[in-house]
Amino acid sequence: MDNILTWIAFHQQIIYIVILMIFVGIEVIGRVPSVLHTPLMSGANAIHGVVVIGAIIIMGRAETSNYLALILGFLAVVLGTLNVVGGFVVTDRMLEMFKSKKKK
Amino acid sequence: MELLSVIYLIASVTFLLGLRMLSHPETARKGNLVAAAGMGLAIFGTIFLYEDPNSDERLHNYAWIFSGLIIGSIIGTVTAKRVKMTAMPEMVSLFNGMGGACAMLISIVEFHHFASTDFTLQISEALEANGMTEEAVFQLPMPTGMLITIFVGLIIGSVSFAGSMVAFGKLNGTIKDRSFKGQHIVNIALLVAIIVLTFSLLKVISNSFEISSDEVINNAHRIRFGRGIKLIEFSASTYAVFYAVLVFSLAYGILFVLPIGGADMPVVISLLNSFTGVAAACGGFLYDNKVMLTGGILVGAAGTLLTILMCKAMNRSLKNVLIGSFGGGATASGGAT
Repeated sequence: MDNILTWIAFHQQIIYIVILMIFVGIEVIGRVPSVLHTPLMSGANAIHGVVVIGAIIIMGRAETSNYLALILGFLAVVLGTLNVVGGFVVTDRMLEMFKSKKKK
Repeated sequence: MELLSVIYLIASVTFLLGLRMLSHPETARKGNLVAAAGMGLAIFGTIFLYEDPNSDERLHNYAWIFSGLIIGSIIGTVTAKRVKMTAMPEMVSLFNGMGGACAMLISIVEFHHFASTDFTLQISEALEANGMTEEAVFQLPMPTGMLITIFVGLIIGSVSFAGSMVAFGKLNGTIKDRSFKGQHIVNIALLVAIIVLTFSLLKVISNSFEISSDEVINNAHRIRFGRGIKLIEFSASTYAVFYAVLVFSLAYGILFVLPIGGADMPVVISLLNSFTGVAAACGGFLYDNKVMLTGGILVGAAGTLLTILMCKAMNRSLKNVLIGSFGGGATASGGAT
């Protein structure tokens, strides 16, 4: 119990961010019309590609002799970038289609 | 380092604005671009400005990082541009799986890194910095918290990766709906196995800190600090259990999506999307990186709500989509098509 309390006190800044972000995340997309469900999902998909930053940090910290970290980190950078770039491009194409449909 | 914090703050705000604009028809396209700009800023800011908090060193291995970024960008752009309009959802699923795999790989590397870290050094440095004497009582919240985030990232990331790949295959038509009798029992058993193995491993690791001074008293994680504590080297079985958790999580991801009907796939992809968001947030915890944390949690929360909204739009409940297909696979897929 003591342990848990110390842990919470130690990380309180992060815990505040998490709780506030949960509410903000729910509020911000609260009134999305159902036609935008798929593009929004795709956009959110691209945003969680931010995980690539973790992969970059791994790569940048790895010693040049540590092949496990280098190879897995490299793979992680490639996959994460795929997530980011592919996600944003796909979302853009979806919304492009959405716009041209509306004009007709 | 200060500039990087500002960049991360700006990037977090662009993610928020991007999501907000994406949920209105007129601003949706611009919102996507705003979020993309913020992402670019965050990525390049990290590459050039990040400093290791322990050693104040800048990142190196630029050749590896940039070749990874370039390869990923080229493959991502080409596949995203080439794909047919009707195949968009499966593309989203594929990219989501890539993000999950990225989180999974980060956890694997960090586990090996954790296992080879000399904790004695870190702890004595922390003590000196705080001006504490040898008799000071030092608490050890960090390694356990770090390990838990590594495990959560590993489990959620690999479930999301495996599940997204199955969803991709299903929308593609390469994987058929399949469910066998008692599949939900197997699923629950897998989930229990994952949790039990994780906790047992956490316990093994927290017991493998060796106290190298007579004065040190280990009292329920409260360690009276004498000269130092040290992490005993992990045995091969520790690694075996770690990889067993990985394999079980992958299996769970596959079995979780396999029986769900093809028409319900968008809902499942949205759910897995929010999973990957949480996995990304674990990375934020691990590196104390605010932009990963905000981005991940934002997607986790928004994705969960979006999943529920999508279910509502289809006039079904989430429970129905996820559990309803078990046992009644024929009726569920029949009703959906």
